[in-house]
Amino acid sequence: MSRPFTPKVITANALLQGDVIYLSESGIWVRALHEAALILDAARAEALLAEAQKDGMVVGAYLTDAAEGKHGPEPTHFREEFRRTGPSNYPHGKQETGARANV
Amino acid sequence: MYKYNDFDESFVRNRVAQFSAQVARRIDGSLSEEEFRPLRLMNGLYLQLHAYMLRVAIPYGTLNPDQMDQLAHIAETYDRGYGHFTTRQNIQYNWPKLPDVPAILSDLADVEMHAIQTSGNTIRNVTADHFAGAAADEVADPRPVAELIRQWSTDHPEFQFLPRKFKVAVTGAAADRAVVRAHDIGLVLKRQDGVLGAEIIVGGGLGRTPMVGKTLKEFVTFDDLLPYLEATVSVWNLLGRRDNKYKARIKITVHEHGIDDIRARVEDRFAAIKPTFGGVDMEMLREIEGHFVPPIFADKPVDAYTRAYEADPVFRAWADTNLAAHKAEGYAIVTVSLKKPGQTPGDATAEQMRALAQIARDYAHDELRISHEQNVILPHVHKSNLPALHAALKAFDLASANVGLVSDIIACPGMDYCALATARSIPVAQGIATRFEELKLEHDIGALKIKISGCINACGHHHVGHIGILGLDRAGVENYQITLGGDGTEDMVIGDRTGPGFAYDEIVPAIERILLSYLDLRDGPEETFLATYRRLGLAPFKAALYPAKEEKANAA
Repeated sequence: MSRPFTPKVITANALLQGDVIYLSESGIWVRALHEAALILDAARAEALLAEAQKDGMVVGAYLTDAAEGKHGPEPTHFREEFRRTGPSNYPHGKQETGARANV
Repeated sequence: MYKYNDFDESFVRNRVAQFSAQVARRIDGSLSEEEFRPLRLMNGLYLQLHAYMLRVAIPYGTLNPDQMDQLAHIAETYDRGYGHFTTRQNIQYNWPKLPDVPAILSDLADVEMHAIQTSGNTIRNVTADHFAGAAADEVADPRPVAELIRQWSTDHPEFQFLPRKFKVAVTGAAADRAVVRAHDIGLVLKRQDGVLGAEIIVGGGLGRTPMVGKTLKEFVTFDDLLPYLEATVSVWNLLGRRDNKYKARIKITVHEHGIDDIRARVEDRFAAIKPTFGGVDMEMLREIEGHFVPPIFADKPVDAYTRAYEADPVFRAWADTNLAAHKAEGYAIVTVSLKKPGQTPGDATAEQMRALAQIARDYAHDELRISHEQNVILPHVHKSNLPALHAALKAFDLASANVGLVSDIIACPGMDYCALATARSIPVAQGIATRFEELKLEHDIGALKIKISGCINACGHHHVGHIGILGLDRAGVENYQITLGGDGTEDMVIGDRTGPGFAYDEIVPAIERILLSYLDLRDGPEETFLATYRRLGLAPFKAALYPAKEEKANAA
């Protein structure tokens, strides 16, 4: 028996800037995890991922677990927490751009 | 230092033009990511967690002030105003944008630098003893040999698609400061009966399967060195496993076939290819050696140094930890610490890089080095210049007196940047350094090498740290394993694992328990942590690390 599907988001890095991006409900790429589409079924996840991987302006699209939070999806693993925030040794990355606002 | 000839210049410029066109074709969609990825990796461009990362080679760790200024310019113009010096004598920029990379490579070419073969399954940047050409204990300067290997290995047609990456390190001294026994090939330069040559060590490495390198040949004269290296890489290129990337490095090939079998194959291959070299390699080596003539050392009094040493305790503390013996009378080798407690190990701001460049011009015969221990070396400083040099370093927050002590920690970028990492390294290093500064125990503890890696690939050399820390992901939580007793010198030893790992918030207290135990256990202040560990073994440190468990065992 396959494992039950857990909610996911699609994430990647932008080709030009290299920064972390997420696929939103409207199909455009956004910079903040809380604006991402939380995908609740496996078939939709696979279909959206296949589409995302064809996008030439993004690199390395993949599905990652996320949980429904007060303001939108939240990470369930520390790697994704760092990706949505930035490094811990300098205030660089998303934490300085406000992409983590309201979370 | 080495100066590019017309061939080097046009080779590097052509590569910049070629890669610039590849970037343009990636951006306009003519190249897919799958097609582009190997091309960008051949030019040192990675895509990491938050951004691209450009790894720039600093061949055998040697820089001149103009190059250091250019690294500062790149940090300021295209990045976040700093660079990260790595454990392989490279500098990494953590935030470049893809469209800017051609301009960065062009700026590097302006100062005879590049990012070629800093990634991919190729022969990587050749590293060397960071005290090369200056150390009192040196038999020969390893840099001409390292430069010869750089030229030979760059774009070598046979070695562009190796089973895996291949790392070469060279030392010219018996005291190994270049960790040569942890490299695919390590060379130790030696003189026998007045003839210069090298001991060839093969199959060392850290990572998933740490191995101490084995001697392939005790002595190979310079005449035979390059064909012998080519024979060795060539044997591995055919024999090395391509079915499993975890078994592809030469250390596994040597382990699986045995050193005697590898040696026999290398000797056969050497006999076949040696005649094809025809002496051109030695002509090149002689030409290269001409670029590494030592500076003209001044013969003058060192009174200014002696006076400052006696009068200024801050200067004295710095001189006691950060200076090493120079081969020339009246000179010292200065290690500038990039490990101020709380700072990211190996990071320098653009302002600090420029200051270091100017200090090298003013006081250090225009030479700088980057060490695999992530510090900057000024190899030739007359002692009379040390007080002024120290004052200049202080003005740029570069005068930490901690070289070789508990806060002089090697740490890989870890999960703060690296896509391969399984846990963070940098904040652990910051936490340990800050804690021992608070405790004011650093000088009491004395000589100690702590090395931290954020995954099993071991860029932070944790296996050969006196205390090694390995960050892992255990069930979705950062967890840190400790090893003790590792040693990266000529007596290389892989450290022993203590037992279960520690959570992120437990790792700094765990290191504190180890070191407080050491202070109790040692035979006096002269006995270093490593010596105490070798005398007593793991047991007393284990008891300090896992107290609850020990009590439970005693009660039972």
